[in-house]
Amino acid sequence: MKKLFSAVILFILFTNKLFAAGDITKPMQVDWSFNGFFGKFDRAQLQRGFQVYKEVCASCHSMKYLSYRNLGEKGGPEFSDKEVKAIAASYQIKDGPNEQGEMFERAGLPKDKFKSPYPNKKAARSANGGAYPPDMSVLVKARAGGSNYIYSVLMGYDENPPPEIKIEEGVYYNKYMAGNKIRMSQPLYDGSVEYSDGTQATLSQMSKDVTAFLTWAAEPHLEKRKRIGFKTIIYLLIFSVLVFLSMKKIWSRVETKM
Amino acid sequence: MSETNYKPTSAFGKWFDERLPLLTLFNGHLMQYPTPKNLNYWWTFGGILTFCLVTQIITGIVLAMHYTAHADLAFSSVEHIMRDVNYGWLIRYIHANGASMFFLAVYIHIFRALFYGSYKSPREVIWILGILIYILMMAAAFMGYVLPWGQMSFWGATVITNLFSAIPLIGESVTQWLWGGYSVDNPTLTRFFSLHYLIPFLILGLVVLHIWALHVPGNNNPVGIDLKKDGSDTVPFHPYIVIKDLFALVIFMIVFAGFVFYAPNVLGHSDNYIQADPLVTPAHIVPEWYLLPFYAILRSVPDKLGGVVLMFGAIFILLALPWLDTSKVRSAIFRPIYKQFFWLLVLDVLVLGYMGAMPAEGMYLLISRVATAYYFIHFIIVMPLLGYMEKTKPVPLSIAEPIISSGSGNLAAAKKDKTIS
Repeated sequence: MKKLFSAVILFILFTNKLFAAGDITKPMQVDWSFNGFFGKFDRAQLQRGFQVYKEVCASCHSMKYLSYRNLGEKGGPEFSDKEVKAIAASYQIKDGPNEQGEMFERAGLPKDKFKSPYPNKKAARSANGGAYPPDMSVLVKARAGGSNYIYSVLMGYDENPPPEIKIEEGVYYNKYMAGNKIRMSQPLYDGSVEYSDGTQATLSQMSKDVTAFLTWAAEPHLEKRKRIGFKTIIYLLIFSVLVFLSMKKIWSRVETKM
Repeated sequence: MSETNYKPTSAFGKWFDERLPLLTLFNGHLMQYPTPKNLNYWWTFGGILTFCLVTQIITGIVLAMHYTAHADLAFSSVEHIMRDVNYGWLIRYIHANGASMFFLAVYIHIFRALFYGSYKSPREVIWILGILIYILMMAAAFMGYVLPWGQMSFWGATVITNLFSAIPLIGESVTQWLWGGYSVDNPTLTRFFSLHYLIPFLILGLVVLHIWALHVPGNNNPVGIDLKKDGSDTVPFHPYIVIKDLFALVIFMIVFAGFVFYAPNVLGHSDNYIQADPLVTPAHIVPEWYLLPFYAILRSVPDKLGGVVLMFGAIFILLALPWLDTSKVRSAIFRPIYKQFFWLLVLDVLVLGYMGAMPAEGMYLLISRVATAYYFIHFIIVMPLLGYMEKTKPVPLSIAEPIISSGSGNLAAAKKDKTIS
């Protein structure tokens, strides 16, 4: 019985695909700076990633749960106050109604939410051949495989798909997408953006940068979470030793093994 | 077991206790309450579960201050909590993972009762109250999972509420009554929020009854025999059990913190970070892990009504367990055959859970059917028959006596009476 028991448990643990669906190529594993117990974002990488988002992704993908002020907050890209104001001011935001009851446009402020490229879902769909470009605020958490998956999809395009896969009009081959088909054309090519910090804008570099940025966007308190988590667990470990010793002392009055 | 000779020491204490004996009650049930000396760590989960309930209630009350129960706003209000509310991310992750921890603890607690026969006379009412708590927990967890209004929230709610449409004649009307409309929509969300807030307090009430009922006969123990009347087998709850429960709780909290801080989303489904869309059905609709065994039972029957009946039957059959189990010996330590079947049941439930996460087709479906069959066979056939057929091991006369002491005179003939062959 015990053997049967452990055999089944091991089978369950090792197949470990509880939520995986179908035959999808496993995403590439990237050694992210934000992985692990002490994971932190790389500020320069987040700033570059924001640039990729702004210049490439943002033309179709909204990010409606983020505000411009978030870009300057601790644990994120940490742009300076001046930079955040300048970024916000580069957008025209609809506001109002004013005293005359009319809506008006004004320059963006840090408090404003990221301006969406389309006024609504239907407009987004119609401008993209019927495919809705998903909001990117929590995209990393909304995909099994998270950051590794997003990075892999960005890297997974191939103009010459394997012959057994038939690619229709308006659909593109992607090695890591479910069913190997994606409605988004390849968004990034070598040199799609020009980095001001001198980093080579290779496809792989940009994909990593923008994925790191999206990971922060989905989990803006990640650094703080890991920091508090470490302290909490250390505290609990010390506390458990103290409680254990007290318990031994108290129970030593009773002649029984525990 | 609550009658004590306790007298408050302070003048105010005396004055108050004569008018409302809260201090006496507290002293009797949380200080002097005699507890078996030989409880092992499987007995610490009652305290852990109390901690889980209180944690869920406190974090839930704070979340409700910031959450908006509306189909158009729920998802963004959760993002507001995660981003802008001070430590909102922490409170929400504790609450979401707290549900999983609560179920982890309750499953251990239930299987402990199954192993040591804690549901048997005179503890049937404790067991029944416990199963009622478990049923309410599942209702609360299911409704709570709907509140963020993500894809899994919406489609999970659709699948589960649709089960009621299998009821003959009135099914359709019942389902529409539950929805408050013709599909899962805003009225469904608002009533689920209301009930999700109510149920934990019902659970709290049942927990009080559960503990009250426990304190009448007192705890069962690993040996499963009645304690000596002179009290030599027991220790007072405080400080002996309090400190031991606290130690187990701190260890449990380390695991809890591991999930909250380092893997807050692994127990959830990534699709729930996509806002609910009634026009897009997810590829696989799966419930949270703690409901998967029942989901597997539901899907293992080709007929919808049959599946619903079996799924609810799988839960309600537990209420009859004290009478299905005919063995006079409580603890599985002295029941060599039952012990094997017990582990088979644990395995069976784990397999069902795994199958619940897999698509219901081919080999998976076949395995879940076999596992479903065993689940019912275990309770309906094995448990009643074992009581008559099993040759149990000799049971010691007291918990102080070593369990296996070869040739000891204390292992008296009385044990043979307990052995039913």
